Amino acid sequence: MPDARVNVPDRIPRGKPFEVRILIRHPMETGYRLDEVGKPIPRNVIRTFTCRYDGEIAFSARLSSGIAANPYLRFFVTARESGLLAFEWQDDGGVHGSDSVAVTVV
Amino acid sequence: MTMPDSRRLRTRRRLLQAGGALSIVPWLRVGAAAADLPDIPALSAFLAGRTPRSERVRLLLPQLADNGQAVPMKVVIDGPFAPGPHVSAIHLFSETNPVPEMAVFEFPGPVERIEVESRLRLANTQRIVAVAAMSDGTLYSAVAEVIVTLAGCLDGT
Repeated sequence: MPDARVNVPDRIPRGKPFEVRILIRHPMETGYRLDEVGKPIPRNVIRTFTCRYDGEIAFSARLSSGIAANPYLRFFVTARESGLLAFEWQDDGGVHGSDSVAVTVV
Repeated sequence: MTMPDSRRLRTRRRLLQAGGALSIVPWLRVGAAAADLPDIPALSAFLAGRTPRSERVRLLLPQLADNGQAVPMKVVIDGPFAPGPHVSAIHLFSETNPVPEMAVFEFPGPVERIEVESRLRLANTQRIVAVAAMSDGTLYSAVAEVIVTLAGCLDGT
């Protein structure tokens, strides 16, 4: 199963901001919960999220346990040229996740 | 004691005017609430004595959240931005969550539409503050209160 679902409009007018939606599969474990035997479940939260548009950072976020499990983000990026939107994130466990989507600018 | 008719009418008019003014009060309170920010140490540390202007930011949260595990949040900064300063970051602060700095959204370059949506985890009923930092250092803020019926930190699922 993929780690994220990304959605961008099919055709994007040049120079206009366009909507980016991403849903990442991640527990966003707060570190305050206990498992069945009463042991604390270690905190594991996505700390950083970056969206690059043709290599250049277009949007980034620093997240915390205050963001719900399976974090969802919706934001806008200004359309320049057809290219690649690449997403990257890293959690407390040091696990890197990534996804990308091609954008068509008309 | 009876009042002369003309005077009674005037009093009645004044009363009606007062009533009219009162009906605007809830609307006014929204603006006033944004001005007095909740006392969050992390927020004070971030502001470092600066006072954000309570305008341009719209923080949209449900008034009542049945489940604090995932509360839809939308923050909008009203444009237009060009040719003036653009939004460089939006900071979200929680009043009672164990981690008060909920999230920071950063925009390295100018974007004409600043709108971020996500889902928050809220420990309990509280106020959330959004502070937008502009590229010239100006700060704008908004406050929203959410009543949470099921706490976001206790659920064992």
